[in-house]
Amino acid sequence: MTPGGTPGAPGVVVVTGVSRYLGAHVAARLAADPRIERVIGVDPPEPGAEFTDLLDRVERIRVDAGSIGGLLADLDVDAVVHLALVSSPDPQHGGRSAMKDQNVIGTMQLLAACQRAPRLRKLVVRSSTAAYGASFRDPAVFTEDTEPREVPRGGFGRDILDIEGYVRGFRRRRPGTTVTVLRFAPFIGSTADTTLTRYFSQPLVPTVFGRDPRLQFLHFDDALEVLHRSIVEDHSGTFNVAGPGVLALSQAIRRAGRVALPVLEPGLSGAAALARSLGFGRVGLDQVDLFVHGRVVDTGRLEREFGFTPRSTAAAFEDFIAAHRGGAVVSRDQLAVAERLVREGIRQVRAAVEERS
Amino acid sequence: MTGRDPREGASGDRRYDVPLTVPEPHARPARANGHRPAGPATRPDPAPAGPVTDEVDTAATDEPAVTDEPAVTDEPAVTDAPAVPDAAATDPPAVANGVAGRPAATGGSAVPDRPGDQWDRAVASGLAFLRRRLAGDYEVDEFGFDPQITEAVFHPLLRLLYRDWFRTEVSGLEHVPADGPGLVVGNHSGTVALDALILSAVLHDQHPAHRFLRLLGADLVFRMPVVSEIARKTGGTVACNPDAERLLAGGEVVGVFPEGFKGIGKLYSERYKLQRFGRGGFVSAALRTGTPIVPVAIVGGEETYPMLADIKPLARLLKLPYFPVTPTFPLLGPLGMVPLPSKWLIEFCPPIPTAHLVDSADDPLVVFNLADQVRETIQQTLHRLLEQRPDPFGP
Repeated sequence: MTPGGTPGAPGVVVVTGVSRYLGAHVAARLAADPRIERVIGVDPPEPGAEFTDLLDRVERIRVDAGSIGGLLADLDVDAVVHLALVSSPDPQHGGRSAMKDQNVIGTMQLLAACQRAPRLRKLVVRSSTAAYGASFRDPAVFTEDTEPREVPRGGFGRDILDIEGYVRGFRRRRPGTTVTVLRFAPFIGSTADTTLTRYFSQPLVPTVFGRDPRLQFLHFDDALEVLHRSIVEDHSGTFNVAGPGVLALSQAIRRAGRVALPVLEPGLSGAAALARSLGFGRVGLDQVDLFVHGRVVDTGRLEREFGFTPRSTAAAFEDFIAAHRGGAVVSRDQLAVAERLVREGIRQVRAAVEERS
Repeated sequence: MTGRDPREGASGDRRYDVPLTVPEPHARPARANGHRPAGPATRPDPAPAGPVTDEVDTAATDEPAVTDEPAVTDEPAVTDAPAVPDAAATDPPAVANGVAGRPAATGGSAVPDRPGDQWDRAVASGLAFLRRRLAGDYEVDEFGFDPQITEAVFHPLLRLLYRDWFRTEVSGLEHVPADGPGLVVGNHSGTVALDALILSAVLHDQHPAHRFLRLLGADLVFRMPVVSEIARKTGGTVACNPDAERLLAGGEVVGVFPEGFKGIGKLYSERYKLQRFGRGGFVSAALRTGTPIVPVAIVGGEETYPMLADIKPLARLLKLPYFPVTPTFPLLGPLGMVPLPSKWLIEFCPPIPTAHLVDSADDPLVVFNLADQVRETIQQTLHRLLEQRPDPFGP
């Protein structure tokens, strides 16, 4: 048993990717848990100023991925939470090749280090529902056992497949270690700033003409809860983590009070590529494919194993809308008023006609 | 969705709810615009609800010329941006109650039912529907099925087609289970898969439990824009075993046409000859979930677009399974898209139970035998129905 108290809860936890939003919040949350002795945040770059107040109880170590091996062994690490994934290429930080370096090479090096860490007994890896790809031949709802029909076009989806492949290899080589792979749906929430929240914050939201994909979101707080539970409890396996229920893209846009701007599919791919090459906009082919075919996952396994149901997709999105109400173009009140005005108008005209006749 | 009970209209969170259904007999009929006054006891509106004209009506009289155009609903922010939003922001319940609570304002004394009231209600419910669509206030299931728009838009269109254009006669509806899962297996015909759509509309309209038919469509349907969107919204999904089993496990009635493109793409000379039933994937889906199989024979589909020839090179070029030549199609251009008004007969056959065969879902012999049984049932029913209908274009 670890010198950390409760069975299952590890003593020393290493969290990668603490300079990013998710990593910083997870590390802070684990640090606040009395069952966990030490939380060590590992990241190559210096955490941004916005998260430093979150991380005051987290020991931070800056190492490059290559030398993490010695670190894990020296620190007697019990558990590793791997969150250092980049979901879209950032032109300011090396674009797609840097993204691939961090996602795939970074994971390989971390897994190699984990294999040599003698006391390690738990590994939690952040994955994504992008692992299922998106194509028109896919079943409507993915379960954890669904194999992707084709390799995703987008870089992030391909990275995720690679990462999960390496994790499977690790699981074979270290059968005693509890490995939890969490396939997260896109995050949304009142404060999270992701590609998707930026997308829905625009007044005119581009969509693909003739397609109305089914989307699922995961509230950011629920993601934290699931990550927290997978560290302090033992849940081996791969789990879909998403808000139950579905929103159609058009429905989500209307609920947010935005206006959809349908674009022909080739046009959208081209526009996304153009925006990327010009250095603004971070919409990749991953997003384009998602907005053509949509993606819905089954969360039954998560609910059974974790005993936890994330708030529904609609509720998570509602929370996001409430925080971004300011940018709405069409509000519910305006619609109700417009409806009333039209009806009153019709009534007036009819009354006038009846009086005249 | 929120409740339809108009009595609930006064409570704050349901303030936009407008009854879609025609009110009960005790409702106040006159000039109600589809709204009924909320009960006086439950009304939070501080303003007296008298027959005097109030600020809502004067606001409306000020600019009737602008607002009587239905198109205005699309752009409310543009037309009434300066005055309206702050009214809505300061006291939204009052605005909402202005809508729901003053039905008889211009009518003055209670006027008995007038011919215009029916129309009034239709307009009000239409507007309420439009507003709910624009606000995103509807539910979509995990397959993308949107029952609201299916009932309000797609089924009425199909109803015109099957009732007035094809004069469809339906029998054996009692064989479709009123609750719980069912697998409806039909013959496919007619170049365009009109029979599947008609079948789903017929089942929903005429079955006592108004069941929705969840169709399983070919890959091609989901590859095409617009078509794929409509297919999902009306309850369709890709024909694959995971989806079929998930729908059946959820207690839905699933519709499959195992002939696929071989069925709809056959020539008119082969009409009503059932094609091969593939690998019988539909049977194993039914066996795994213990779902009864209901064979259905559809007569009339073959004559809607009688396919005289298939231009294969053109089909290959367009990546379609076939390129049809009908008496009207390439010849009359878009006019050729109008289906010929054949007489349709639809018969649901007695269900074939499968609950005792759950363990044999992977036994090819059982699967093929059952598929053959379904195929034979449909084929014989087709022959019988064809004898009942000597003239394909008869009354």
